Amino acid sequence: MSRDNIAFVRTHMLPESPPPAAERGAVKWLRENLFSSVGNTVLTLVAAYVVIMLVVSSAPWFYNGIWDSPSLSACREMLDGRTGACFAVLTERWNQLLFGFKYPPALYWRPTLAFVLLFVALAPVLFYRYMPRGLLILTGLYPFIAYWLIWGGSLMVPVFALLGVLAGALVYRRMLTVSAGVAVLAGIVAAMVVWWAAGRVTPSLADVMALQPVASRDMGGFMINLMLGVICVSLSLPFGILLALGRQSSMPIIKWICVVFIEFIRGVPLITLLFVANVVLAYFLPPGTTFDLILRVIIMITMFASAYIAEVIRGGLAALPRGQYEAADSLGLDYAQAMQFVILPQALKISIPGIVNVAVGLFKDTTLVSIISMFDIVGMIRGPILASTEWNGVYWELFGFACVLFFITCYGISQYSQWLERELRTDHR
Amino acid sequence: MNKTVFLGALTVAGLAAGASAAATLDDVKARGKLNCGVTTGLAGFAAPDANGVWEGFDVAVCRAVAAAVLSDANAVEFVPTTGKTRFTALASGEIDMLSRNTTWTFSRDTDLKFDFAGINYYDGQGFLVPKALGVSSAKELDGATVCIQTGTTTELNLADFFRANNISYEPVPIETNAEGQQQYVAGACDAYTTDASGLASTRAAFENPADHVILPEIISKEPLGPLVRHGDNEWGDIVRWTLNALISAEELGITSANVAELASAPGGNPEVNRLLGTEGNLGEMMGLDNEWAKRAIAAVGNYGEVFEKNIGEKTPIGLSRGLNAQWTDGGLLYSPPFR
Repeated sequence: MSRDNIAFVRTHMLPESPPPAAERGAVKWLRENLFSSVGNTVLTLVAAYVVIMLVVSSAPWFYNGIWDSPSLSACREMLDGRTGACFAVLTERWNQLLFGFKYPPALYWRPTLAFVLLFVALAPVLFYRYMPRGLLILTGLYPFIAYWLIWGGSLMVPVFALLGVLAGALVYRRMLTVSAGVAVLAGIVAAMVVWWAAGRVTPSLADVMALQPVASRDMGGFMINLMLGVICVSLSLPFGILLALGRQSSMPIIKWICVVFIEFIRGVPLITLLFVANVVLAYFLPPGTTFDLILRVIIMITMFASAYIAEVIRGGLAALPRGQYEAADSLGLDYAQAMQFVILPQALKISIPGIVNVAVGLFKDTTLVSIISMFDIVGMIRGPILASTEWNGVYWELFGFACVLFFITCYGISQYSQWLERELRTDHR
Repeated sequence: MNKTVFLGALTVAGLAAGASAAATLDDVKARGKLNCGVTTGLAGFAAPDANGVWEGFDVAVCRAVAAAVLSDANAVEFVPTTGKTRFTALASGEIDMLSRNTTWTFSRDTDLKFDFAGINYYDGQGFLVPKALGVSSAKELDGATVCIQTGTTTELNLADFFRANNISYEPVPIETNAEGQQQYVAGACDAYTTDASGLASTRAAFENPADHVILPEIISKEPLGPLVRHGDNEWGDIVRWTLNALISAEELGITSANVAELASAPGGNPEVNRLLGTEGNLGEMMGLDNEWAKRAIAAVGNYGEVFEKNIGEKTPIGLSRGLNAQWTDGGLLYSPPFR
């Protein structure tokens, strides 16, 4: 066949044309995801109807919301029969919801500053790959600064507490060459000696850099939930690791202590432990001594969380192939080194989702303290605010506000943990 | 750190614990503050206001005792307690007295080892129903669904009442008063039952209070009052007679407005003189000075004033005096004489 016989030969490539209208963009997405079959179409329409009804019926509630009113009845008068929220309770009582009703309003800046500093202190830990290691010193100092800011009193109390910790750490370092166990004991003794000495001196220095002291009893609101959540999670991590390692230990006494502790705590509901903290301890303590209620609750929640975290970490330890332990041994590492450099980094990485799960659950469980008459945010809502004659009968606005606060916090934690998992992923999937 | 000092103190205090159980009055005076247990919040009876200051009918009793003992109605550390923690807080010595609308019952007085100092509110269990239900008596509630707080005496009273009248009901168990309000408003139950004072404040919080009625039947006795631990009768006397002083003051016409004038010099009524300390030495008999009652009345007012200010008909709670009127007005309030 010669060229002339061919009627038409295209001399250039056709440009790519866009796919047909039904096969691209929003239309394609809709067709594939929402209207792919008769059944799905019906479901889509029903769901759309429900969503639209929800939005339409709840929009006026938000839209008509009253933000400025002295009481619920005044709100209802202003609304005059229309549907609408009474957000005025939030504008009037926001400070009680966040700080409790007895924290002096002039001092609100102190817990707020402590809250802001929390992020400064956490950043070097959370984003340790992107921050200079030197900043970790801020993290170490933070508990003492936060204590001073929130509780007030002489600066000397946290300073001496810090000195005790430093002394303990120094002695531990020195003694580490002898034996790890001796070093830990010597460190604790050194810290105790410093604290004992400081206890002698502190009363005379009560006015040094003193902030107005605030009693634990005067704290409340979301501040308590945050404090309990942050303190208990950060304390329960090291305890949880120790318990998990102890449970795997070959030394029978240590092993059995850990097993009994974990199984006992996990077999008891948190609310029972809180009642013990509040009610039963009061019988054992002599009358007149008031062993700080927040401290009691912190101890109980930490114990509870440690047991759960220990089990999560044990899962991580068990998931490591036996070869990793043997590899560490064959390198000539002793137990502490093997754990520190080989086993724990891998086990903890596996445990991250579980740990975050416990942390989020624990943070929400802190609202249980309202049952032992502490005024956390739920306690504030259920007690003083709903019992005031002005706001008796406001539910949705208050509990919705609490939900928003908890959601923001828990969603933030969850997002961070997902980011961290991606960051730490070393296998090739 | 004060930790070691604290531990040392703990040991010493533990040894001294047995001895210091009795003299609550000395403890309170040494501390300079009265530890008074209240609710975590009940409209009209005890709740902190927007500035965090505790107010209410039960709170006034605490303040009166503080004024009588410590000469300062604000020298009170209010310890909020829930229904579950109130008795242990009192028994363990964490609080000196409990003023938390607590019903005086036999077993609480004897088995739990408390002393009730008197009755500051005569309550009883009632029913709240929507007007639309068309019911005018609790006996017509046959087959109704009733919202009821679990684990309370009200639950037992309800069962007794329906059984005695040979009618049936369906209980809807709820946990707290707030939940009860919600369930009732949402129509989960035909009737809501709890103490009549609670029903009144619940109804006051509704959007249209006029659409709901409290049925006339009161099916139980709920005498509410302040209480103290067994074993320290001197302290119990102080709380009892401070409450009686407030009640007597109303009967004798002493108010927060005229108490200063009446106490300035002995007047014509010998009982007023004895109560206010211008005659005799009643205060010294119980370890206080003679102006104790004057301070208590000046601080919070007499019983009638306390009632009107916190839960009376002009407040949103809107309770009428009813059983809580003076005996001279047909009520049950009857203070023993100050003599």
